[in-house]
Amino acid sequence: MLARAQRRPASLQIAIYIFSALWLIMAAFPFVWTVWGSFKVELDFFSISDWTFALTGERTTAEYGRPFTGTGYNGAWVKEEFWRNVVNTFIVCFFVVCTSLTIGTLGGYALSRSGYRYTFFLLITALIFRAMPPVTLVAGYMLPFFEWNLWGILPTTIIVLVAINQPFTLWMLHSFFQNIPKELDESAKVDGCTQFQAFRHVIIPVMWPGVITTGLFSFLLAYNDFAVTAMLLSEENRTMVPQIAAFLGTTYTEGNVMFAVSAVVSATVPLFILVMFFQRQIVSGLVAGAVKG
Amino acid sequence: MFLKKVALLSAITFIGGSAVSACEISARVSIVGNEFPAIQTVGAGAQECTGAEVSSNLTKDHQSINVPGMQGNPAEYTSAIIANSSIVALMNEDVIRPLDDLVAKHGSDLQSSQLIKIGGEIMAVAFMANAQHLMYRSDILEQIGVEPPKTYEAMLDAAKMIREQGIMENPIGGAYASGWNLAQEFNNMFLGYGGSHFKDGSAEPNVSSEAGINALNMMKQLSDYMNPDFLTHDSNATNAEYRAGNVALLNMWGSRAASQTTAEGVTDAVKNGHAISGPMTVGGGSVPASTLWWDGWTVAKNISDEEAEATFVAMMNAIRPSKMEDENIRTQAVWLIEGYSPTEAAVGVFEAAKMATTPYPMLPYMGLMHSALGAELSDFMQGKESAEQALADIEAAYVASAKEKGFLN
Amino acid sequence: MRHRTFFWFFLPTALAMLLFIAFPIVSVITQSIFAPHSAVLIEVETCTPLVGCTNETKIDQDATRALRQEQPLGRFVGLEIFKDRGHLAITEVNEIWVQSRSLTDFFIGLGNLPFYRAIAFTLTFTFVVTPFVIFLGLIIALTVNALHDRLKGLVIFFSLLPFVITPLIGALVLFWMIDSRGILGSFIQWLFADPDLSLKASTGLMWMALLVYGVWHAAPFAFVIFYAGLQTLPMDQIEAAQIDGATRFQQVRYVVIPHIMPLVTFVALIQIMDNFRVFEPIVGFNAAAHAQSVSWFIFNDLQGETRQLSSASASSVLTIIGVAILLSPVLVRTWQDFKGKT
Repeated sequence: MLARAQRRPASLQIAIYIFSALWLIMAAFPFVWTVWGSFKVELDFFSISDWTFALTGERTTAEYGRPFTGTGYNGAWVKEEFWRNVVNTFIVCFFVVCTSLTIGTLGGYALSRSGYRYTFFLLITALIFRAMPPVTLVAGYMLPFFEWNLWGILPTTIIVLVAINQPFTLWMLHSFFQNIPKELDESAKVDGCTQFQAFRHVIIPVMWPGVITTGLFSFLLAYNDFAVTAMLLSEENRTMVPQIAAFLGTTYTEGNVMFAVSAVVSATVPLFILVMFFQRQIVSGLVAGAVKG
Repeated sequence: MFLKKVALLSAITFIGGSAVSACEISARVSIVGNEFPAIQTVGAGAQECTGAEVSSNLTKDHQSINVPGMQGNPAEYTSAIIANSSIVALMNEDVIRPLDDLVAKHGSDLQSSQLIKIGGEIMAVAFMANAQHLMYRSDILEQIGVEPPKTYEAMLDAAKMIREQGIMENPIGGAYASGWNLAQEFNNMFLGYGGSHFKDGSAEPNVSSEAGINALNMMKQLSDYMNPDFLTHDSNATNAEYRAGNVALLNMWGSRAASQTTAEGVTDAVKNGHAISGPMTVGGGSVPASTLWWDGWTVAKNISDEEAEATFVAMMNAIRPSKMEDENIRTQAVWLIEGYSPTEAAVGVFEAAKMATTPYPMLPYMGLMHSALGAELSDFMQGKESAEQALADIEAAYVASAKEKGFLN
Repeated sequence: MRHRTFFWFFLPTALAMLLFIAFPIVSVITQSIFAPHSAVLIEVETCTPLVGCTNETKIDQDATRALRQEQPLGRFVGLEIFKDRGHLAITEVNEIWVQSRSLTDFFIGLGNLPFYRAIAFTLTFTFVVTPFVIFLGLIIALTVNALHDRLKGLVIFFSLLPFVITPLIGALVLFWMIDSRGILGSFIQWLFADPDLSLKASTGLMWMALLVYGVWHAAPFAFVIFYAGLQTLPMDQIEAAQIDGATRFQQVRYVVIPHIMPLVTFVALIQIMDNFRVFEPIVGFNAAAHAQSVSWFIFNDLQGETRQLSSASASSVLTIIGVAILLSPVLVRTWQDFKGKT
């Protein structure tokens, strides 16, 4: 690796740095901008009079005597009790990730170890299932959920998110397990283990890189979901994303956009931390085979 | 059960007679509705009742939730807070009950104007009113020396002067975001020109008319004086423009009047210059180019009579006249409740009522027309097609969805 | 693996998908061929606050209830809803075909029908965003791979952000920035020296903004997959190529790309599927005046007072068919691979 880098011509080296810098700006700038703006009043953030107000905080200074204010955060976290939504989000994410990995690993493992033709059709069916727009699925749930008194509570939303996420989980884990040599569990079976015992004692210890990566994708899906959570959760059980949408207001009445902006920033923080801690795992999990196709 | 009822009844008669607002109920109450402050107040008022659980689910998406939530038996929600546009969906699905007997029993505090009667039956109890009307900057109008416009034509003249004198580049504001908002502006203008959306007594569309063309042309002329992004401006964005001092004249919801200048960072010029007046007329008509709205509550059909009664009592408690003594609550909306004395911000809505503004049509198929308008108008506003073509498209889109829903064959 | 064992292993996930995806799909298909009953309308007196009484129409519930009880599923309409103006618009397309004098005329006519307009945007979005995402993702992956090890972590961290961010929120953030007075909007005005330029007011520019957003959002996904693929590059092949005097470009072209080809297929598959359902950016950008997609129609039908379930269902069925058609080449390939393996 090093040898190659040394032989790289200077022009290419410069090009690489320029491109990385450009891409970094593209990727990170919107976030920096939003964080900066979240400490301003609405008129400055949207810089409706002049775009430089967003930098200097002209109206914020007029209102508070200094160019930064924590009113947005105070409003969202204290007045509107945004922390409740944060707690709900983490409950939903935790259970979605656990459940979907548990049933997903079992299913994905079975698919990778069975050579029969139906596994192919199961995978294709899963793919078609994934193509279904979640909005429509949700519209179909509403009536039965109300009839059975299941609407509005967290467990219902969790199981729905798990189900919607299964096709992707199955595909990821299926190709990951295919890269774990079949000989491993075959030999365990020769030693007298049942298939489940082989899975339990031989496969589980080596499957973590792929499972963690898949789990991160499940987490993102649950964390970011809007279509399902907005329609299936009642007001007090709302997760973060529908709550942010609620801050934005309706036709007749004023929303509080700055609450929304500061909530957006708050909702992004856990994602930052997540990426920071797991970025190695994402890559190594993918390297370990989940993406070999 | 009988004894319980008697106890409940006597309790209520007792309370009705005294000024103390203790509220006892004996069955579950569950409310679904929109989430703006006035409705939050109503929800909280119902939750003051004791004796049984009162829960409320106030959310922007209430319209997607209330029908399925009331279709079950027993229904999840015992009451839905709705407006005149959304009661139609509940009526169409037959999920709300007539309230005549409950009004007779517990409704002594209600004014007759609060009762929404459909076909002789009371189907809802209204508690607040709303209408779009003019808001303007009195300082700017003084500067150019004109009176606050009474007609859209006068609004255009004023806008022209403001632009020509270099005071503002885009002096008119309007919630012209494509979709629901844009369609609502068309409704206003169309009714102002004396149009009617449907042929008499049927679901046949009738927008492809002279009134329709006039309405579209007027909207187009107004949009010339708006921020070029007007098709993405909903009422929030329009208000932000106004507060930043970029807009001098706008047609805006009365429910937003109270908070128009109280937001953070509004300039002093806007604060001091802000003024409101009634809705404007258009094309020499006498009916204002606006619609009158009410918000009210209903009681579900698929619940037991005890639950219905408890719901009614709790909701009555939420809108009792003594609530109007609280200054915070009084200024939240244009209440229809006895004892409400209008605030300055309510002038526009009351003016609208005085001018005999048309109420938003409460027809089973009006929602379909509204969404057809919302989907098909933006091409015309962008100058991509003629007014005639746009109206023909609207009718075609409406007919397709009305056929699906079984209103047309 | 024996069928029995397979069954037990697969049961939980199958159950979840059956209950929450397969059954709803069945009900969606049913709803798309059954419409609500014809409404029996009657005229009644309606009284509202501040106005007084007027005559209005309402549905005669007693008469309608009888109809409903007779046929609980609704009125069977077959493929009528698929054929109506809101969807495939068969009659209208025929009319336009007969009336138009040239192909251009025909396409302009089609552009006036909502479904075809939405298809035009959806397909443009799918087929512009997907290749760009793959291309940009590959470039970023190659660049990051060439960076110094210390810098790598930092760049990977920031690169992943656009992908992990909630789509609705990401779209909102960009939407706020591209306002004609936002920082990006002002920058673009300065760039083109046109102070009246507004992204939100023009259809073409709005499409551009949506496409750029699509690429920005999904490129990191392609990047991280390709980057993982680059970690398993066979070094001996690279060295062999270098000894043969291959240029850098040739190394990429003949060694790297073939190595990660399966990953390109994987990314393309996921991207085509997701982009075909493009929806959040349209809502976030408030772009419905300029760009609509099939998923947006479904959302719009289900919104608010009207709840056009049948129409939404028909659009959903069309979406599934659309995705199936787009994916068919990939599916055929996968099938061949699968047969080759067993």
